[in-house]
Amino acid sequence: MFDPCKVREDFPILKRKINNHPLIYFDNAASSQKPRQVIEAIKNFYENHNANVHRAVHTLSQEASQLYEDAHEEVAKFINANGIEEIIFVRGTTEAINLVAYAWGLCNLKKGDDVIVSLMEHHSNIVPWEILSNINGFNIKYAEVNNDGTLNYEDFESKVSSKTKIVCYSHVSNVTGVINDVKRIAKVAHEYGALTLVDGAQSVPHLPVNVKDLDIDFLAFSGHKMLGPTGIGCLYGKRELLEGMAPFHGGGEMIREVSYNPKTKRCSISWNDLPWKFEAGTPNVGGGVGLMEAIKYLKKLGMENVKEHECNMTEYAMKRLSECRKVEVYGPKDTSIKCGIIPFGVDGLSSHDVALFLDNYGIMVRSGFHCAQPLHQIFKLSSSARVSFYIYNTREEIDRFIEVLKGIELI
Amino acid sequence: MASVEDYVARIEETCGEEKQFIVLFKYEKKQEVIAKILKRAKVEKSISSVIFELTFKNVSFRLYGTGKAIFRNLKDKIELRNILSELLL
Repeated sequence: MFDPCKVREDFPILKRKINNHPLIYFDNAASSQKPRQVIEAIKNFYENHNANVHRAVHTLSQEASQLYEDAHEEVAKFINANGIEEIIFVRGTTEAINLVAYAWGLCNLKKGDDVIVSLMEHHSNIVPWEILSNINGFNIKYAEVNNDGTLNYEDFESKVSSKTKIVCYSHVSNVTGVINDVKRIAKVAHEYGALTLVDGAQSVPHLPVNVKDLDIDFLAFSGHKMLGPTGIGCLYGKRELLEGMAPFHGGGEMIREVSYNPKTKRCSISWNDLPWKFEAGTPNVGGGVGLMEAIKYLKKLGMENVKEHECNMTEYAMKRLSECRKVEVYGPKDTSIKCGIIPFGVDGLSSHDVALFLDNYGIMVRSGFHCAQPLHQIFKLSSSARVSFYIYNTREEIDRFIEVLKGIELI
Repeated sequence: MASVEDYVARIEETCGEEKQFIVLFKYEKKQEVIAKILKRAKVEKSISSVIFELTFKNVSFRLYGTGKAIFRNLKDKIELRNILSELLL
């Protein structure tokens, strides 16, 4: 049986006190904490196996290369991709989305084309398309969000047409925790021959995600939100799409051959195999090793159990929040359509005041726009406070949070 | 000669239209900063030494016992810096 108290024992940071209070970490949507197993795996890599990967014949390089490739394999299995050819390691979700925008979008989008983006997106799934649109002249159509924070599917479906080349949307909103019907959107997009890019930053760490079942073309996610280290993330792409794409960054590792032609006085270049074609330069091998261990840890817990625990936490927190007379919870109240993220406000206080007050008591919550300003505009909010749960959070922590939150009402 | 940097570790500027500045004072100077500010600004309200609602020259702000302060309705960092200079130096 899933026991968060037992899980907590693996997380050294949770023993810390902040401002003389036990740490309560409710900022998991921004970044998760790391279990001892992940920290040890990274330490072990640097103490025993560290070297640059590929194209060296010495033992350490072989070991590092094997570990790095194993990490790709682990990710591929975790999301049910066909193999490591479909898994590109990047710095995080933002870089993964930029990779698609530049490596695919730059060559395939032109004036007259439509790109559909939902209005609940994180800035990382809005800004790259706006930048590229200014270069290539394609049109961006924003799919509307209902007042409760759910996606307006009718509006979305009405905007898809034969002009649509790619549809970009999050699996789970980083503000409200709303789970989008990825499959439904992908089906409609594919009917019109459009591709789908899914921001999985808030879903892959928290739900079972199966790219084949969802039938999506690209999936972007970050390691640091799923117990792994910062600076490592993934782009999943269907093999045939990645094969047809130009590289994103140029340099070492991503080429097979660079030969100088004295007649033309130019170099001709051929690309390396997938996924290395998209991983120019020395990669974050230690990060990959850490991510592999993080996935092993999550698999051991079982992603269905992770999801269930977070649903229970959300349900309990929503119930307890309703006791606070000055607190307003934003987004849908129906916990069956959301993950472990709850945005809220306290009457008369800015979200930063709320976060600073909670910080006094060792409770870490996020405040601001959470890099999703358009969604806050829909909610007519200048900002929001946000709690987000993970595998090591407990009901007792929620009780303490509510107790402190009730103290804010005295301000 | 003392400067604002002697007391301030970081300044976070929030994004969006309603700009706020969150000032994180140096941990080791925390008590000194709180004492100085409480001496110079007017305390409008305080909640068990956790939060102080203050005004200083028509600028209202909140100071937290953890050594953090939040300033609103300031034009820019220059104005913030001027206020901090008056409060701390």
